[in-house]
Amino acid sequence: MALYSEKVMDHFRNPRNVGIIENADGVGEVGNAKCGDIMKIYLKIDGDIITDVKFETFGCGSAIASSSMATELIKGKPLSEALELTNKAVAEALDGLPAYKMHCSVLAESAIKKAILDYYKKNGRPYDESLFADIDD
Amino acid sequence: MIYLDNAATMRTSEVAIDAMMPYMRTIYGNPSSLHSAGQQANEALFSAREKLAALIGATFKEVYFTSGGSESDNQAIISAARIGARKGKKHIISTKIEHHAVLHTLEKLKNNGFEITLLDVGESGIVSVEDVKNAIRDDTILVSVMYANNEIGTVQPIAEIGKICREKGVLFHTDAVQAVGHLKIDVQTDNIDLMSISAHKFGGPKGVGALYARKGVLLTSLIEGGAQENNKRAGTENLPAIVGMVAALEKSLDDLDRKNAYLKKLRDMLIDGILEIPHSALNGDREKRLSNNASFCFEAIEGESLLLLLSDKGICASSGSACTSGSLDPSHVLLAIGRVHDVAHGSLRLTLSVDNTMEEVEYVIAQVKWVVEYLRNMSPVWRDLVEGKRQFIL
Repeated sequence: MALYSEKVMDHFRNPRNVGIIENADGVGEVGNAKCGDIMKIYLKIDGDIITDVKFETFGCGSAIASSSMATELIKGKPLSEALELTNKAVAEALDGLPAYKMHCSVLAESAIKKAILDYYKKNGRPYDESLFADIDD
Repeated sequence: MIYLDNAATMRTSEVAIDAMMPYMRTIYGNPSSLHSAGQQANEALFSAREKLAALIGATFKEVYFTSGGSESDNQAIISAARIGARKGKKHIISTKIEHHAVLHTLEKLKNNGFEITLLDVGESGIVSVEDVKNAIRDDTILVSVMYANNEIGTVQPIAEIGKICREKGVLFHTDAVQAVGHLKIDVQTDNIDLMSISAHKFGGPKGVGALYARKGVLLTSLIEGGAQENNKRAGTENLPAIVGMVAALEKSLDDLDRKNAYLKKLRDMLIDGILEIPHSALNGDREKRLSNNASFCFEAIEGESLLLLLSDKGICASSGSACTSGSLDPSHVLLAIGRVHDVAHGSLRLTLSVDNTMEEVEYVIAQVKWVVEYLRNMSPVWRDLVEGKRQFIL
């Protein structure tokens, strides 16, 4: 059996939404180079809607594919919906990840939450702290 | 497909395949059987043992056939430890860059009361003879140093280490899995007591190897159940594979200097071409390395993505990144030569064979350059480096 599903390989080979957003409304970076993966998510937010999203990733095939899939899943969605995105949903959308690569999907979920938190803080918006309990900034 | 992963395994040589076929089709007897079919097989086994012994400077009684490099490493070290335990000597010296077949066996012995000293190798990836000498104590039973490293290709000063061990009365084992068939090795001039050999690293079949044990070095059997291999390794001998291994070794040692000169030319092209990539580095000493090994680290990218994209371009390579191993840490060898985690994740190993051509090498250099740049362009680490928010390591 191949290491990765066709979906993972597709998103790895043709990653969606790669790049940066100048003057992004929210930016979230998670992971560290020592562990071998870093994800950075940039959000453009209009009202309550994520109108654009870009990512940069340093990491393995599944890290790049998870970033790509996660950005696809939140693009055009309201913030409330993006905050509900779980790492499991990212992995399922990719038709699964090997067990020892599941942390890549966790990073994607965390990077999005961190970018939204950044937006809330920058704009002095009230937010439910419990939603960001796992995010250290 | 361009195959540049010959340190992982090689294509089985035609000579080896041809040599093996008769031992499946016609001479299929069990070497332990008394009838003519068995005796014919037994003669072939004897002849293979004599040939292999001659190719490494040993005598036939000193060669034991095994399932490969890992088994040979295990048996060599466990045998030496048993000899040491009888004499009350429970100290073993090795290096930080050994194969896991050695390191994990030593780890097991450590849990059984042995003291293990693992020597540093420094940035060059070569252990210092002086360090080995200084580490030897009265209770040292064994020094185990690999002949050539599997990841970075560095060739260790085996003959000098062997000489010191001989002078001090300490057993000397070398894991020569990457070196046999690639370098001229003579266990006499190299002062080796125990040496591990694996067939598929020089064009032989997989699943077969040998352990050289100098006369008088008592081996401990790891597998019980028969009198094969002078009572030191039970199980019906894999005669086709053994014959294939010996044929492959003869072939690979034939005209070795010319082949190594060709490999060096390709290797140096790879090194010069790939080091044109900014913020990249060669792993291990530039000169004292196997003719077929080129190993690199690149700043701000991760090795698994590099391998997958190269594979898409028809190039088979390998990496010491954590993500290619299933563990959290990158290669212990890269860490031992001082590569920090951040860049050790971005490693690439290219290992050549004489089947490779200059055209292939040119193509590979161009593709590696392209893929590294492509991955850097989506790497937040690279952006930070370029924008001066993070310091370059390489």
